[in-house]
Amino acid sequence: MAGPILVSFVTSFTDMRVTDIRSPFGVGFVGIDNYLDVFADPTFRTAARNTAIYVLFSVPLTIGIGLLVALGLNEGTVRLRNVLRLGYFLPYVTSVVAIAVVWRIILGTDAGLVNGMLDRFGFDGPGWLTDSRYALWSIILMTTWRGLGLQMIIFLAGLQAIPVQFYEAAAVDGATRWQRFRYVTLPSLRPTLLFSTVVASIGLLQFFEEPYVMTQGGPRDSTLSVAFHAFNQFSFGNYGYTAAISYVLFVVIAGLTLLQFRILRERP
Amino acid sequence: MTSGVQRASASVPAIVEVGDRSASGGSRHAGLRGRGTQASGASILVHVALYAGFVVMAIPFVWMLLSSFKSTPELRRWPPTWIPQERTTENYRELFSRLDFPRFFLNSTIAALAVTAGNVLLCSLVGYALAKLPFPGKRLLLAVILGSMMIPAFVTFMPLFVFVANMNLTDTRAGLILPFLAGGFGAFLMRQYILGLPDELLDAARVDGAGEFRIFFRIVLPLCGPALATLGVLTFLTNWNSFLWPLVVASSEDMYTLPVALALFSTGQQRSNIALQMAGAVVVVLPVVVLFFAMQRYVIRGIATTGIK
Repeated sequence: MAGPILVSFVTSFTDMRVTDIRSPFGVGFVGIDNYLDVFADPTFRTAARNTAIYVLFSVPLTIGIGLLVALGLNEGTVRLRNVLRLGYFLPYVTSVVAIAVVWRIILGTDAGLVNGMLDRFGFDGPGWLTDSRYALWSIILMTTWRGLGLQMIIFLAGLQAIPVQFYEAAAVDGATRWQRFRYVTLPSLRPTLLFSTVVASIGLLQFFEEPYVMTQGGPRDSTLSVAFHAFNQFSFGNYGYTAAISYVLFVVIAGLTLLQFRILRERP
Repeated sequence: MTSGVQRASASVPAIVEVGDRSASGGSRHAGLRGRGTQASGASILVHVALYAGFVVMAIPFVWMLLSSFKSTPELRRWPPTWIPQERTTENYRELFSRLDFPRFFLNSTIAALAVTAGNVLLCSLVGYALAKLPFPGKRLLLAVILGSMMIPAFVTFMPLFVFVANMNLTDTRAGLILPFLAGGFGAFLMRQYILGLPDELLDAARVDGAGEFRIFFRIVLPLCGPALATLGVLTFLTNWNSFLWPLVVASSEDMYTLPVALALFSTGQQRSNIALQMAGAVVVVLPVVVLFFAMQRYVIRGIATTGIK
């Protein structure tokens, strides 16, 4: 598995194209030209901006809501706990493609469920996926809906690992519900929080299926992601260029992972 | 379950423990929280929020299922209807007779089953070696396996494609299956589990003259039930849902898997036939839902510890 990473790295310094596929060792080296092209490419910049916005909003949203649901479910008195847990988690195990197809129709302008409901209350719903002002936000919304169940499961596991004595001690000290959360639950969840942030960031930085199915990257590239851009370049046969984009994405993912380890470890 | 398995799983660190405790975890805290009656107002609030959220989570699935029995004209009607006014199975008949969905279904099933079988066998072999056998380079191999779990799939697909193309395996079943027959996640999961099996058991078998393969198949594997179930169901789900690789490798319609067919039809030739797309989504989602409900304990166990789909 270390092989492809190296191959990808080497390829990113070559002018390899689809026509070179049978003779991958005969390609010419072009130094850092691919990387220069990537950073000069306005489409890549748009894709990078979209990806940044997408990750910056969908990571905290899925983690925040996932944590809230986990805290709720962790209350001892909740009824139908297992049914709820299954329901929240179900979207995550189902195919992104199928989910994206369904959401595209739900958010559609001609027969969409969302605009139908808005209409009932007298609102004129916008083109959720056809207006470049809303399309990326609609995809963020769907991603949150789909991803929060994963975070919930991770947090439930984390919550159950907190020793019950901590809460007993807090109760003896007369801690309020909020204080129990702030001074017992949250500090104990630090490793879980790190884990879930890393998992969410790595996954979401590579988002591709959602725009592929729902918007094809449009309108006007407003939902084009870095992974989608790399895929398009791959389809055009520009393998060296694809490798360079993938590698930029890889470095960002690796760097972000390290950074998150630092930040969440340091603060006591 | 034999006591051996329970003992084993008890000593496996966090990895396989998590899911089990969630069932009893609630009652563990119940005594503490239930004591105070001041919580009842907040408790109602929590319930309302959780159930409301549950409805939001369920709506797209309910809508998908109901809409798959509508005609496209009805689906386009304004305002949208919930219950199908003229119920029809036309969409499903079209998928399975006019379009080639039986073939796509078969392609998906064969690929997912083959990959699952490969992972269950190969990852437990590797896991056993990593957990119980001494060999040079063991720590390095473990580090490589852990490292590979961190590498985003998107970085590897292009070099993998070049490799597969050079072996003339594009647009073949082998091309869909071979690259995924074993993986770092599975090897690590099995290693963690097998680490918890008692050495005495294996030593006893060695004293009796059993070879390593015999020990593996007769003693280790039968004790790995829960871990194998977790690995098997997660691998199947991941493979059934996978999209990027089949999209790249399957260039002819004959090799499409269900997600590829659904994505390409819904953005291409069947773009305006939204009722058909709903039925297609049901066909992709339903087997997963059934499998997930049947195996939920194992799915949640694995996911909670790795976060890998």
